[in-house]
Amino acid sequence: MSAKKSKKPIILFVGKEREPLFSKKNRVLLKDPLDDNNPITVQVLGICSALAITVQLKPAVVMTLSVIAVMAASNVIVSLLRNLIPNRIRIIVQLVVVASMVILVDQVLRAYAYDVSKQLSIFVGLIITNCIVMGRLEAFALGNGVWRSFLDGVGNALGYGMMLILVAFFRELFGSGKLYGFQVIPEAFYELGYVNNGFMLLSPMALITVGLIIWLQRARNRKLIEKN
Amino acid sequence: MNRDSNGYTFGFAAAMVVVVASVLAFTASSLKDLQQDNVRKEKMQNILATIGVETDRDGAEQLFNQYITAQLALRNDGSVDTEVSAFSDVNLAIEIKKDPSDQRFPLYVANVSDNDYYIIPLRGAGLWDAIWGYVALESDKNTIKGAVFDHKAETAGLGAEITQEWFMNRFVGEKVFDSNGKLVGIAVSKTNNDPKDLDKNDHEVDAISGATITGDGVSDMILERLSHYLPYLSNTNQTIAFNE
Repeated sequence: MSAKKSKKPIILFVGKEREPLFSKKNRVLLKDPLDDNNPITVQVLGICSALAITVQLKPAVVMTLSVIAVMAASNVIVSLLRNLIPNRIRIIVQLVVVASMVILVDQVLRAYAYDVSKQLSIFVGLIITNCIVMGRLEAFALGNGVWRSFLDGVGNALGYGMMLILVAFFRELFGSGKLYGFQVIPEAFYELGYVNNGFMLLSPMALITVGLIIWLQRARNRKLIEKN
Repeated sequence: MNRDSNGYTFGFAAAMVVVVASVLAFTASSLKDLQQDNVRKEKMQNILATIGVETDRDGAEQLFNQYITAQLALRNDGSVDTEVSAFSDVNLAIEIKKDPSDQRFPLYVANVSDNDYYIIPLRGAGLWDAIWGYVALESDKNTIKGAVFDHKAETAGLGAEITQEWFMNRFVGEKVFDSNGKLVGIAVSKTNNDPKDLDKNDHEVDAISGATITGDGVSDMILERLSHYLPYLSNTNQTIAFNE
C-alpha cells in the first residue's frame, strides 16, 4: 500500500515535467521548415533532386512521401543511437542508416506497391544523396531526443516536399498542359495556337522556378532578407 | 565507456554492419517472392496488352494461360529449342549481348477469338538506359496488332512518353514488311508529314518532340529484333527478300 502511494506521485511528477507532445517549441520544429527555414528556398539544400523530379506532379508527390518516411525513420534511429555513435565515424553511420532506410522503402514498395515503385524507379536512390536528410541527421538528430527528431524530420521533409510539388505544378502545367497526368488546358486553346512550353520540362526551368519562388517568399517574408 | 577509443569505434562499425546486413538480407529474401511475382505478372500483363487484352495484374495469369497458346524459344534459323522456356528462361537483357547464333528468341503465339497473333519481345537502347517492349503481329505476320513499350530511365515528359497509350497506339495497323516483302520495321519519324497517322502503309509513326534519340531507339529496336525472326516468319509467310 505504501509502495503504491510512493510510486504515484513520481509518475505524476514525471508527467508534469514532460512537455506536451505538440508544445509550442515542438510545433516550431514542424512549422519552421515550411517557411522561415525551408530546406530548398532558404537553406538551398536538395536542389539537385528538386530539378530531377519536378517535371510531373505524380513523381514529386510520391517522392515527397518517400522522403517523409526516410527522414522520419532515420532521424528517429540516429536520435536513439546518438549516445552510442562514435564521433569519428558518425557521418558513415548516418550514411549507412539513410542508405538502409532507402533500400527498405524501395524493397517494400516493390513488393506491396509495385506501380508506385516503378513510377519512382531511379528517384528512390536519389534520396540517399539528398543533402537535407544528412543535414538534419548531423545538425539535429545527433543532439536531440527521439520525438523532437521525429518532428524535425517530418517538418523538413514536408518543407522539401511542398517546394517539390509547387515547382512540379508549374512545370507540368506549362510544360505539358497537364496536372497529375490529366489534361487541364483545353484542346480549344491549342487550336487557337497555344503551344506547350517544352523548355519548362528541362532542368534549367526548375532552377528558374525555384528562383521565382524564393523571390516571392522573400518579398512576403521580410525577415529572410539579409541586412547587407 | 570511451566513445572515442579505436576499439569502440571498430566494435561499433562491425556491429552496425552485421545488424544492417542482416536486416536488409532478411527483408530482401522475405519479400523476394512477392516482388518476383509482381514482375512476372507485369510481363504477362504487357504481353496481353499487345493483343488488346486489358487486365489488372491479379487477373493477368489466368488470362495469359487462356490466350497464349504457345511459348516458343526460337533459334537463329527459325527452329524451336524445346529445352528452353521462352517465358522464364530467356532474359532478353542478357540474351541480346550474346552472338545471334547463341541467342534464343522468345515468341508467344496467342489466339483470341480464332485469330492467331505472334508476340515478339523487344529490347534496345534509349537515350539514358535500356528500353524494351512487346509487339504483336496479326496472323499475316506483317500488320501490327499492338505494341507496348517501357523504359528504365528515359527523360520524364519527353522520352518517357513512349509508354503512353497515344504513342503506342500509333503503331497499330502499321506494316513491318514493305510491298516487296522486305523487312523495314517501323520508323519513328520526325518528317513523315502524317501526324494523325492516317497512312498505315508508310512504315512510319510520328515521333515525339524532344525525344529524338529515344524514338530512334524504338525504331532500331523493332527492326533489329524482328530481323532475327525472319526465318520463322518466312516459313509460312509471303516471299521475303533476305538481302539487306
